[in-house]
Amino acid sequence: MLLGRTANGLYWMNRYIERAENMARLVDAGLRMALTRSQSSAEEWASVIVSAGAENAYREKYDQFEVGPVTDFLLRDPANPSSVLSSIENARQNGRAVRTALTRETWESINEAWMSLKRMLADPIDERDLPSVLDAIKRETALIRGSFHGTMLRNEIFDFCQLGTFVERADNTARILDVKYYVLLPSISWVGSTLDTSQWESILRSVAAHRSYRWLYEGDYKPRQIADYLILNGRMPRSLAFCYRYLTESLRFLSQDYGVRHACHATAETTYAKLSNSTIKDIFDAGLHEFLSDFIRDNNQLSDQLASDFQFY
Amino acid sequence: MTAFDEMLPQVDGLRKPYTGYDRWLQTQQAQRLQDKMRDAERVFRKTGITFAVYGEEDAAERLIPFDIVPRIISGAEWRRLTLGIEQRVQAINAFLDDIYHRQEILRAGRIPKDLIARNAAFLPEMIGVRPPAGVYTHIIGIDVVRTSEDEFFVLEDNARTPSGVSYMLENRETMMQLFPELFQKVKVRPVENYPQLLRQSLSATRPEGSSSQPTIAVLTPGSYNSAYFEHAFLADQMGVQLVEGQDLRVVDGHVAMRTTEGYKQIDILYRRVDDAYLDPLTFKPDSALGVAGIMDVYRAGNVTIANAPGTGIADDKAIYSYMPEIVEFYTGRKALLKNVPTWRCSEADSLKYVLEHLGELVVKEVHGSGGYGMLVGPTSTKVEQDAFAAKLKSNPSNYIAQPTLSLSTCPIYTDAGLAPRHVDLRPFVLVSDRIQIVPGGLTRVALKEGSLVVNSSQGGGTKDTWVLDD
Repeated sequence: MLLGRTANGLYWMNRYIERAENMARLVDAGLRMALTRSQSSAEEWASVIVSAGAENAYREKYDQFEVGPVTDFLLRDPANPSSVLSSIENARQNGRAVRTALTRETWESINEAWMSLKRMLADPIDERDLPSVLDAIKRETALIRGSFHGTMLRNEIFDFCQLGTFVERADNTARILDVKYYVLLPSISWVGSTLDTSQWESILRSVAAHRSYRWLYEGDYKPRQIADYLILNGRMPRSLAFCYRYLTESLRFLSQDYGVRHACHATAETTYAKLSNSTIKDIFDAGLHEFLSDFIRDNNQLSDQLASDFQFY
Repeated sequence: MTAFDEMLPQVDGLRKPYTGYDRWLQTQQAQRLQDKMRDAERVFRKTGITFAVYGEEDAAERLIPFDIVPRIISGAEWRRLTLGIEQRVQAINAFLDDIYHRQEILRAGRIPKDLIARNAAFLPEMIGVRPPAGVYTHIIGIDVVRTSEDEFFVLEDNARTPSGVSYMLENRETMMQLFPELFQKVKVRPVENYPQLLRQSLSATRPEGSSSQPTIAVLTPGSYNSAYFEHAFLADQMGVQLVEGQDLRVVDGHVAMRTTEGYKQIDILYRRVDDAYLDPLTFKPDSALGVAGIMDVYRAGNVTIANAPGTGIADDKAIYSYMPEIVEFYTGRKALLKNVPTWRCSEADSLKYVLEHLGELVVKEVHGSGGYGMLVGPTSTKVEQDAFAAKLKSNPSNYIAQPTLSLSTCPIYTDAGLAPRHVDLRPFVLVSDRIQIVPGGLTRVALKEGSLVVNSSQGGGTKDTWVLDD
């Protein structure tokens, strides 16, 4: 038996942990682009902000897209509800509220991540320290994930955590792709120049897939392959197909435990079927941007349905 | 006057209960102990064993300082103490039942009627209500202080929602982590089965007609409450749900919680929410911490509320002064544990005496707790005393006064070695069809040299409390 409020706390705790990690990766990719491109990093930083879903909030505060303000806003601005600092605070607050549902190791890893990131992000970050700060964020979230997977019983508590993680991750990967979908379209004429290669690499890097891509595709950056990898490859842990494999699996466990199916089950299964039965050609033919917008909308709908189907409120 | 030290008394070197510990201590290097002290703080901070202090900026989470020297009680001392505590707890439950039913003790003229009728802690809503299994104080913490080898006094009966038991458990856990070898050398009675005992004890007070595997939940005001850690800890250790008011509602004449599969009935609610917030329909209408209609469910006998509403009348400081009479009235025997002599400022003679002796007395608010709103005469300035005297005169019945007891001390570990500090003791008592006391309790220690105030909100710390298996 699990309280609806607890399920809600577990779900959001994991969304926020995932979000903190994703923010660090986005900034990391942006930083890499800014370093490797000689001019106009502003455009790159702007797309980082858009990928983070923080454009409106950012524009309220700043006019320019530059490394200083962007990293500050995404990593440590308490006014940005999705900054790493806000995310880890929210994750920890949710974790504290559902503490009885977590193993001691899991709770301690969250609490320690919160303590150390709070300290690290207390003051503005010197640009020279950025790489080590980003590493630390990724390391802390990895430690949380490690203790979580190593110690948690695979029951409904685990399932609601998984739902939070993969709804957030799917949303993140889809948004990164959607912000840059135009560089993946075949109509772009400058294919092959160093410029777009770095754009593609940036996409892969922001979902931690730049190395594994090279193992699979032997270093050849081809836009269609990149899209295929991040959308349909079921073995790539941040792909949409991978996220939905785990979402449908967790939901199946819940329906077995509870003996009930809800609207969310149908939504997740429909999306998963679409991902399993499409080829990347189908998606490009029907329009990559349209596909991604629909996906983001359906993914949000799933999140709302989880809240009402499992009495989060 | 020098206080009685429980480890190293003035007269003869080392008290017997501490011999085993002392032998071990002599073999320890100072540096290692200092390292262990820092380890302890890290352990507490990491696990998030924190509390909040109201009214302090950025005090969201602070640690209660932990001292690594245990407070040790011999088996014989403990047996003596528990007899007195059992008697007192029995009397308190009989008193509560009487006061909400026939009020024999008032008819017999043993305590003044006004003291009950005009007391804010007396809940008229409880008149004629008999809680499931007849238990009022499922969990009660009796604060005991010691002044000499043989003298113990009860300072306070915490009959509402005594807190601190999580520290008793975590302190032991921490000590066993820091000094595992020590527990091989000294045989200490275990306390770690408290959560199971609590669960069994609560189960034994389930409402009539509920399943023999009743559903228990801990009701917390929420994660911003100063004792939230303890609420979560107890729920976790008992393996029951930790609920908030927003999770609960009355469904078909029962209290029920909103789960991922809909509403599920609760039989026993271990509430850590004050009476006033329990039911917005009966008490504070704007309370979001309780459950609308729970008092109706309670009166119908369909839920156990632990502790029962209205138990505050038994730990009121004005009632406290009548405890010797109360114990004798209900148990037919003299109280085994002493009360601290108490002047009720509502009585003219007493008030006069108190005003004349402010510099020697401790004056407390009748309904106060946590060490707030009190005057400790011997350590106060003349200005503070004058200000307090004015408050006293304007509302005498709000105050009681007690002599400053020479509380016993127990050494704490400082950078300069052992140093004596004043301590008190809160054993935790479980009441169902019987009374159970876990061998141990919460020892609070005033960390400031000479200070008598042990409350954590006033800079007190805690120690592991050992009852020897001898």
